[in-house]
Amino acid sequence: MHIFDILEETYSALMANKVRTFLTVLGIVIGIASVIAMISIGQGAQSSITSSIESTGSNLIMITPGAQRSIGGGVNTGRGAAKTLKSTDAEAIKTSVAGVQAITSELSSRYQVAAKGTNTNTTVDGTDAGYTAVRNIEIDTGTFITDQNLKNLSKVAVLGPTTAVDLFGDGADPIGQIIKINSIQFKVIGVTKAKGGSGFNNQDDKVYIPLSTAQKFLAGDEYVSQISVQAASTDQMTQIQSDITDLLLERHKIADPTAADFTVMNQNDIVAALSTVTSTLTILLAAVAGISLIVGGIGIMNMMLTTVTERTREIGLRKAIGAKRKDITLQFLIEAVALTFVGGLVGVALGWGIAYVVSYLNIIQTSVSLSSVLLAFGVSAAIGIIFGYYPASRASKLNPIDALRYE
Amino acid sequence: MIEVKNITKTYQTGDIAFQALKDVSFKIDDGEFVAIMGPSGSGKSTMMHILGALDTPTSGKYFLDGKDVSKFTDDELADIRKDKIGFVFQSFNLLPRTTVLRNVMLPLIYDQVPKEEREERARKSLLAAGMDEGHFLHKSNQLSGGQIQRVAIARALVNNPTIILADEPTGNLDTKTGEIVLGTFQKLNKEQNRTIILITHEHDVAEHADRIIFIRDGQIVTDKKDHQKRVIHHTK
Repeated sequence: MHIFDILEETYSALMANKVRTFLTVLGIVIGIASVIAMISIGQGAQSSITSSIESTGSNLIMITPGAQRSIGGGVNTGRGAAKTLKSTDAEAIKTSVAGVQAITSELSSRYQVAAKGTNTNTTVDGTDAGYTAVRNIEIDTGTFITDQNLKNLSKVAVLGPTTAVDLFGDGADPIGQIIKINSIQFKVIGVTKAKGGSGFNNQDDKVYIPLSTAQKFLAGDEYVSQISVQAASTDQMTQIQSDITDLLLERHKIADPTAADFTVMNQNDIVAALSTVTSTLTILLAAVAGISLIVGGIGIMNMMLTTVTERTREIGLRKAIGAKRKDITLQFLIEAVALTFVGGLVGVALGWGIAYVVSYLNIIQTSVSLSSVLLAFGVSAAIGIIFGYYPASRASKLNPIDALRYE
Repeated sequence: MIEVKNITKTYQTGDIAFQALKDVSFKIDDGEFVAIMGPSGSGKSTMMHILGALDTPTSGKYFLDGKDVSKFTDDELADIRKDKIGFVFQSFNLLPRTTVLRNVMLPLIYDQVPKEEREERARKSLLAAGMDEGHFLHKSNQLSGGQIQRVAIARALVNNPTIILADEPTGNLDTKTGEIVLGTFQKLNKEQNRTIILITHEHDVAEHADRIIFIRDGQIVTDKKDHQKRVIHHTK
């Protein structure tokens, strides 16, 4: 039996009962479409989180002060709130750890920032000239904080674009204007370029001032809240991370690494951790969608079993005029596979459409990957074969005599 | 040529064994028109299944064109049915909602006959079976009972079989239409020298054949050729 003849038979058989065929295919369409949509939304979420983290700078290693554990289980202060890191630690890292491309220290805290007639509550970041390189910050107008500013304890400020608009309004030039932080006057010397909201740490809504100025006039001590190191290459990050840990343990005179009063975090670790979370969620979503695919497959099997029973006499007739078992098996198997194939095709299109709408409505930037399409297609073909095989083999095993007598 | 030698068919249902055919032997030459007749339960249906290669005997030998098919497997039997036998059944003869032409071409699909050749052969068979060309593209469910049987005969002819086996072909037809169908068999037998085996329980129907084998309780009671043959004269 030629494949073309089988396809012709399949077409006429499926068209003989259009409503039933449509409903059965619908089950597969919904299954495949939801698998594709869920995977693409999951992957979209993953890439948006990854790019959001990477927009804060690449190959970053972040050192934050850890809570110092008081002996005997007293009250621990919050991680990051402790004062254990100093500017000198940053300098030591810069001079004695190999592979450090850039380094910057920050002392950040939230203050009420006022300009003429307006005010806003924002993060004030005491930092140094290295910040722009490490954190991927670009200057839109004016200049960033320089080493000279640090040395002179200059009362100058660089505004994030959001803060600039909040304080001076849209389109106004803030350069040379005066803002007040904690009642101390600062002169605006620059505005950074917009980076877009990056979730945890919006770099557009910030005020940057020289680190030394922040330490002396705002904090009143010489501690920093974070040291960020940019590694020269991704390969070196693990090495640099452990070198920094060793160096700081030595400098802080701590023998037991578990008692360290600081935390060294690798940006890749954060990305990896978050990726694990999002991919787990993607798998969960796809699994739920996969269940509907299996239900669709059972629908196919149900329809095929009904069809075989209904067409018992036709099968008998076909056998009587010379159809072999193989011919009958193939005919019914291809009917089932045709159902899942069409369902898969429509399902991929529908899933793609859903992913597109989700992107279009700006809910999340989805991406339909070829692998998910192939996966969905492979699964649907497999479902056709698996759930179609039993009815098909049942049809082929019918005894022609019994089949012809069947009422 | 058909030769049946000492055929026995036993059906086993639990502990009870039922002998449908008991040591039956006969020969049918090419070009014969034979009726196998008997009341229901006589074993004539079992005989037809074995002759039609739908079933194999429990013991004995069945030679079809010199080949012993009594021990063939399912697929080998399918090949025999495809190449050497054409069936006409009492009911459910055609695929529903399918055109006359497609129904007749169906056996050729399983015979790997090229597409162009199929239609030509189907048209020839349909004309030989006395179908009007105007009905060729009608769906099978738009036909009358007599037309359905003619299409079935055409389908039985299309693969040029050694024998045409007709199982109660007039069972669902009124007398007049039944006569026309039987006349078609006579014509094919006479004009194309086809071997035709007619299975029936009606004496009136059996009398259209040249030879009547009468079966009762699984055994041949009479095998005679000297009866008054009823010949249908065709108008066309």
